[in-house]
This record gives sequence, structure tokens and C-alpha cells, in this order.
Amino acid sequence: MPATVTTDQTDDGSVLRLGGAFALADLTGLHKALMRAAAAGPVTVDLTEVTRLDTAAAWAIAEAEKAAQSAGHALHLEGADEGAAALIDTVRAALPDPDTQTKPAFSLLHWLDGFGRSVAAGGVFLSQLLGILGVFIARLGRSVLHPSEFRLTSLVHHCQEVGLKAVPIVALMAFLIGVVLAFQGAAQLRQFGAEVFVVDLIAVSILRELGILLTAIIVAGRTASAFTAAIGSMKMREEIDAMRTLGIDPATALIVPRVLALLLMLPILGMIANATGLFGGALMSWIELGISPGLFVTRLVENTDVSHLMVGTIKAPFFAIVIGIVGCHAGLQVGNNAESLGRQTSAAVVTAIFSVIVIDALFSVFFAQVGI
Amino acid sequence: MTVIAQNLVWGVRRKGIVNDVSLSVARGETLGLIGPNGSGKSSLLRLLSGLKSPQSGRVEILGQDIARVSRKALARQVAFVQQNAGTDTNVAVRDVVRLGRTPHRAALAGWTAEDERAVSTALEQVDMTDRRAQPWQTLSGGERQRVHIARALAQCPRVMFLDEPTNHLDIHHQIEILRMVRGLDMTSVIALHDLNLAAMFCDRIVVLQAGTVVACGPPAEVLTQALLREVFRVRAEVSLDAPLTQPHIRFLAA
Ligand SMILES: Nc1ncnc2c1ncn2[C@@H]1O[C@H](COP(=O)(O)OP(=O)(O)OP(=O)(O)O)[C@@H](O)[C@H]1O
Ligand SMILES: [Mg+2]
Repeated sequence: MPATVTTDQTDDGSVLRLGGAFALADLTGLHKALMRAAAAGPVTVDLTEVTRLDTAAAWAIAEAEKAAQSAGHALHLEGADEGAAALIDTVRAALPDPDTQTKPAFSLLHWLDGFGRSVAAGGVFLSQLLGILGVFIARLGRSVLHPSEFRLTSLVHHCQEVGLKAVPIVALMAFLIGVVLAFQGAAQLRQFGAEVFVVDLIAVSILRELGILLTAIIVAGRTASAFTAAIGSMKMREEIDAMRTLGIDPATALIVPRVLALLLMLPILGMIANATGLFGGALMSWIELGISPGLFVTRLVENTDVSHLMVGTIKAPFFAIVIGIVGCHAGLQVGNNAESLGRQTSAAVVTAIFSVIVIDALFSVFFAQVGI
Repeated sequence: MTVIAQNLVWGVRRKGIVNDVSLSVARGETLGLIGPNGSGKSSLLRLLSGLKSPQSGRVEILGQDIARVSRKALARQVAFVQQNAGTDTNVAVRDVVRLGRTPHRAALAGWTAEDERAVSTALEQVDMTDRRAQPWQTLSGGERQRVHIARALAQCPRVMFLDEPTNHLDIHHQIEILRMVRGLDMTSVIALHDLNLAAMFCDRIVVLQAGTVVACGPPAEVLTQALLREVFRVRAEVSLDAPLTQPHIRFLAA
């Protein structure tokens, strides 16, 4: 027997007479009718004619009951047999409690509390980074005194991972930057007939800033995350504890080769970026502005001070240390679940890139002050 | 006494996890460590092996305070089989067991005949000789556990801590490995969940509950019906063939 819903208006509100066998297909109609009635005023739901009531219908009734209550009037059930009453009771009990959690009102105290906590957390983070830097320097010093403890194989492996494998992407990136600079510079400088100054533009911006900065950002992205993932997964699997029980010092085995490899490789990658950047710039100047490679080189050698190259290169070791330390620190912070590994990996990349840019800005201010 | 722990205390955020535990293990003795989940067995073993430093108290192994000896010197004497250590690196069984020789090798020194002998003996002791070339990732759970034990054995330790070394093993290997560990001239502390195995293979048993020692002594004295009900919340029948022999425990449905 198909389900039917009939609504009668009486003096004490509306009466909904349900009849037949209710199934999921009848839910929409029933729910609508019930909600409309519940919003309007007191409701009586008559279940006498119902032959079968399913959970969906029970849910609709329980919902309507709630809606009626919150609108300030009552919903009565009539003629429910034992099974239907029990089902409605069960569904009523299983309805989720409404979210009563309200946002705490803004208060100055609250804000100060949060602010203080994040400043303190920042301080702890910085001191932990300094701690790892200290451990790195101490273990490196120890390796100098006892060269036999030094892990050469590991260093070479990391040099390959960090340096050699990054060469293609770094070279391509720098080449494209050179092309873009030449292209944009040409468009502007042509207006003044000063095309030839595009050489200076390219040389200064690549040698001084962009070559090493963009290299450091790429390396931060690929290496800091790799360090965190590798050390973090060892931490997660209790491998670091296993190393300690075997008398292997985790700092010497894990941190020293990684940071040292970065320290050695980042300046080299920076040089490669400089070279390909200049090459890209020269190529574009030739095509766009007709500045022959010979003229480009002559102007580059005569007009560009070597101090620009120095300013760029001196930053490399600082970038390398920061990227390495941030990556290793995040790895050691990993707890014993995969979720914290993912969180730390992305945090490491963000922190490393951010620190690289902050250091670059500090250097710019410093060089501007001393006038180089 | 080979291992002496005095008043060890360790916890996190004001919650005590190991509360004032003292114990001593005689040379060659096999000490069983039992207790419900979360009672602090693993934590205690990590304190004993120096992986954690206690908030107060001290551990002495072979007459030396472990806080004062270098990890490498300690690793020549003490081996630790962890409850669930693993690796994501691709290594073969042989390489894992070889790691056990690290503390005994001088830097840059070659691989000696003695090292090779220790590795093959260890593999033999855990019955893994014919799988020496298999990659770690492809091993079954029980096989991994046996390789861990082999790695510890290759360290040729005088003291061994084992944290649930048998929880993945089939019954044959459970018995064989505990028998082998007990038979070696070695002091060992073994955390176990199988009370009958503990009764069979341990000279003495320490029962931990919520980080404190609630009983300590030979199996027949410790494993009583009252204790099983109090600590483990089970009903059991303990039968002794004769006074002070190995007790046998039969659990009853509640
Ligand atoms: N670093 C930690 N931070 C917070 N709680 C911890 C930490 N280490 C251990 N605990 C807690 O201390 C208690 C004891 O842990 P432990 O691993 O020693 O138990 P266990 O006796 O080995 O248990 P199981 O039989 O399950 O191996 C547990 O409740 C655990 O949650
Ligand atoms: Mg444990």
C-alpha cells in the first residue's frame, strides 16, 4: 500500500494523517509536510493507518518534533504501535546534538595570552635551531680532530642528491630568468636608445641577487623537504633509537653530512645559475637587440664590478646552513605518526624559503649601509 | 649484580610513567618483565638501556653508571631489541645483522673474520640463514622480529634487553628463541605478555602496574591467582606440579 499524507486544519492546529508503508522514496514529501506544519503551529501526527514505518520517516518525525519545539509549540504522536514508537525513540536519541560551541568573545586578555604564547614558541624554535647549529659545529670539529669518524660515503651521497641532481632544474630556471630580464629590459631601455645598458642590468641583477637567491629557494624546496622526510621517517620508525643503541651518534651520522653537503654544493649551484643566467641574457640580447655575444662579453667584463659577484656568492653559505638546519630540525620534531611527518615536511619548506628571503633582505640592508 | 636500577622515575607532564622502580639482575639471570598494556614496561627498558634519561635515579650496568659511559662503549656490552623498530631504507637481512657489529669495529677497519663469524652465528641462532639476502621490506612480521634479535646477538652483548621479542613469532620460534636467549651466557631482561612463557623461561619475574613494581620473585611465588586478578583483571587457575616449580596458568572465561 503506497504511503499517503493528508493534512487537516483543526482548531488546535494541524493534524497530519499518515497511512500506508513508508520507504525512503516518500521521505521528501513527508519531511516537507511535517516541517511546514511544525513551523505553523501545534501539530498532531496520527500514525494509526501506517502499516510500515522506516528509519527515514522516523527521522523526519523526530526532526519535525525538534523544529516544533524550537518554534515554541508541541508535536503530538497518536496511534503509534509499539514498533513505530520504539523506532522513533531510537532515532530521537541518535539525533546529533546541535553545535552549542560558540566562538569566545574577543577579549584583550585572550589576545595577549595567544600573542605571548606564540612569541614564546618562536623563541623556543629559534633556540632549538641554534642548538642544532651548535651540535653541527661541535660534531664537525670532532670530525676534524678524528678524521676516521667522518662519514665520507654519506657526504658524497648527499652531495650527489643535493648538488648534482639539482643542476638541471637550477640551470633551466636561471636561463629563463636571464631571458626574461633581457626581454623586459630591452623593452624599457629601447625607449631611451640605451639598449646596451641591458648588459649591466642583467649582470648586476643576476650576479648580485637573483642567481643565488632563486637557487637557494629551489634548493630549499627540494632539499629541506627531503631532509625532513628522511630524518622524520627514521624517527618515526625508531631507527634513531636503534642507531643510538648501536653506539652510532645520530648527529654525526645524519646532520653533519647533510648540512656539509649543502654548504659545499650551494655555492657551486649558484655559480652554475649565474653562468646560465648570463648565457640566457646574452642570447636574448642578441636576438632582441642585436647586441653581439662579443659586445656582451666586453661590456660585461669592463663595466661590471667583481664586487657584485662577491656580494652574491658570500650569501650562499648562510643560505645553505639555514636550509640544512631547518630541514634537519623539522625531521627531528616528527612524532610517531605519518600525519606529523607530512606537517613537518611542509612546515620545513615554508620556514626554509622564508628564512632565505629574510637573510637576503638583511644582507641587502647590510651592503647598502656599508656601501658595496 | 650485572644490572642495578635505583629509584628510577620518569614521566611526561607531571604524569608519572615509571614511579620509583628499583631492581637488580644477577649475572646470567633472565628477568621477566610483565604487566598490562601501558604499565611502563617499554619505558622502563628504555631507561635501563639509556635511551631515555631518568628524572631521578640511576642505572648501573656491569659496575658502571650508564649516564657516564659513552654510547659506543655501552653498545659493546648492551643490546636492545625494540618493540617495533623498522626502516624504510632498502637493505638486506645480512646488512641489518651486520649493523650489530658497528660498536666492535674500529673506524675504517676492514670486515674481519670474527665479524663474519658473529653474523653467521646470529643468523643461525634465529633460523634465518637461508634468507640472508632477502630485502628487509619483503620479510614477514615474525621474520623481521627474528632479524632484529639476530642483530642484537651479533653485537655479542653481555646484557640484553628485549621488548616483547616474541609477539610476532609462531609458537615454535617463541620457545626456541627464548630457550636460546636463556641458554646463552648473558644477562637478559625480557618484557613479555605471555605469562606461561614468562613462567617457563624466566628465573625471576617483575610485575609492573601503572609504573610501579607490585611483585618480584620466582615465577611460582609471583604468578598467583590473586595477583592475576588484581593486576591483569582475569580469572585464572594456577597449577603447580610441586611447590616452587614452574607454574602453569589456565585462563577461565569470566
Ligand atoms: N613520550 C610519551 N609521551 C606521553 N606518554 C607516553 C610517552 N611514552 C610513553 N607514554 C605513556 O606511558 C605509558 C607506558 O608506556 P609503555 O610503552 O612503557 O607501556 P608498555 O608497558 O610497554 O605497554 P605495552 O604492553 O602496550 O607495550 C603508556 O600509557 C603511554 O601512553
Ligand atoms: Mg611496550
